[in-house]
Amino acid sequence: MNVKGSVLKYGDNVDTDVIIPARYLNTTDKKELASHCMEDIDESFVTRVKTGDIMVAGNNFGCGSSREHAPIAIKESGISLVIAKNFARIFYRNAVNIGLPIIECEQAAEEINEGDTVRVNFETGIIRNITTMKEYKTLPFPPFIQQIIQAGGLVEAVNSGLISKK
Amino acid sequence: MKAMTMTQKILAFHAKLPDVEAGQLILAEVDMVLGNDITSPVAINEFARINGKGVFDKKKISMVMDHFVPNKDIKAAEQSKKCREFACSMGIENFYDCGQMGVEHALLPERGLVTAGDIVIGADSHTCTYGALGAFSTGVGSTDMACGMASGMAWFKVPSAIKFVLTGRMNKWVSGKDVILHIIGMIGVSGALYKSMEFTGEGLKNLTIDDRLCMANMAIEAGAKNGIFEVDEITLAFLKDVGAKTPVIYKADDNAEYDEVYEIDLAEITPTVSFPHLPENAKTFDEIGEVKIDQVVIGSCTNGRLQDLIEAAEIMKGKKVASGVRTIVIPATQKIYLQAMELGLLKIFVEAGAAVSTPTCGPCLGGHMGILAKGERAVATTNRNFVGRMGHPESEVYLSSPTVAAASSITGKISHPDEVMSS
Ligand code: SF4
Repeated sequence: MNVKGSVLKYGDNVDTDVIIPARYLNTTDKKELASHCMEDIDESFVTRVKTGDIMVAGNNFGCGSSREHAPIAIKESGISLVIAKNFARIFYRNAVNIGLPIIECEQAAEEINEGDTVRVNFETGIIRNITTMKEYKTLPFPPFIQQIIQAGGLVEAVNSGLISKK
Repeated sequence: MKAMTMTQKILAFHAKLPDVEAGQLILAEVDMVLGNDITSPVAINEFARINGKGVFDKKKISMVMDHFVPNKDIKAAEQSKKCREFACSMGIENFYDCGQMGVEHALLPERGLVTAGDIVIGADSHTCTYGALGAFSTGVGSTDMACGMASGMAWFKVPSAIKFVLTGRMNKWVSGKDVILHIIGMIGVSGALYKSMEFTGEGLKNLTIDDRLCMANMAIEAGAKNGIFEVDEITLAFLKDVGAKTPVIYKADDNAEYDEVYEIDLAEITPTVSFPHLPENAKTFDEIGEVKIDQVVIGSCTNGRLQDLIEAAEIMKGKKVASGVRTIVIPATQKIYLQAMELGLLKIFVEAGAAVSTPTCGPCLGGHMGILAKGERAVATTNRNFVGRMGHPESEVYLSSPTVAAASSITGKISHPDEVMSS
């Protein structure tokens, strides 16, 4: 699977309270959540984001609460992939469980700029910055995680018998 | 067999493996699956997509309506209703609604729903609180909660660990909150990312269960997967008192590997406050100038327990809240509320000019019951001071212990308890 999109860039410690503020958690409506995505650090995000865009950020992306509303809001807003130096762990598992692709790559997260066009191949783990012509190699997901993603998410993994009581 | 940490031993047992090592991905059985009024509705939607409709065990699921309850608006009411109907249709035994509920992480230990050696997953990041009781407990998302409710299983990446060896005894006006703010200040908000924080050492005997619950609660603020305390007599006495299941004690192997080991002398810690907008911005009073405040909140899953209210009342007794400082006290559970009433603490708060609320998360997450306007500052005994956490994105939250919060409510600025108490 390939994704290609232009980049929206953020810094370190982007927390779940700014990804989707708690005042909007009285709904599970995906569209409504997406309409408030990032608004406390970047009011223009919802008007600028286009389907397929890639979010790039620094350390500890998604820290804070366990709200799955955060990766849901990002995915529903059209973001096809988040690249960060590293992710907070609950955000990481939520993203895997709902099928929002995420990639950890220190150097790419450092060097890719706002507005660059980036292409990523999930099978090879290669990130290519088309704007700067630079290439980065990342580690593929561990097999177990790949199985969950291939199943289409955690619910599908349970339904397919991948996860069941021993 | 490989040498293992406390956490690794609990994980290995629940995965039915002789041993596990850091980085390994495992599937483990869970003893409790938790959700609240915000995360459960998402989980219920996901649960509906799972084939085979029942829950794995009616006794091993807890749903607590605490975040926007008593319901703050129509949407919040709809969410609680969805949880209520689901819990009823599935026969979930530990469903707590308005009138029985408390802030989930204060409620579960008090109800004896967690014991040492358990694995608890909760669709709430502060599920790490139960590590205080020697359990492996960690926050997960709603899809994890849904699959946990259906299968009784969860996937985990086995964490490595940082060991904190505690020694000595805390001084007057110092509590578990100051210790954990100090630690987060030292290692940073991603200092324990993906890792366990394991607490041990002879200093443990000087930490009450309420101190430990507060410290384990904030492990997530250092990015940790879980925080866990070695089980001792204090833990066992508490578990017996609340009628929890028989505990299973896991001790780390002597030769277990730790990424880092810190020795912390509790006697060296002084009252600590975390400045906006990250819990790692910890400062002690020699670094805190005059910071005027508009609101004080004493409550939450971090510091809304009886010990916290007793300490705050000791400071506020016979004094008046400074004019212009809205002070809100929120006992974390109905039981704590009742105990505080019987001990006369609520009277002290009300006479001082504080508002006392029924249990709720309320202002902790900027939900309701004490939202900040633009430019306002609050001292809060909660656990997060992120941008917009308690209201307007340009408001500020300073994290402190109950005694510092109480002293600040009296002076109207961030204050050391000594400023209002003649010792
Ligand atoms: S009191 Fe605050 S931190 Fe604790 S569960 Fe409620 S919202 Fe979360």
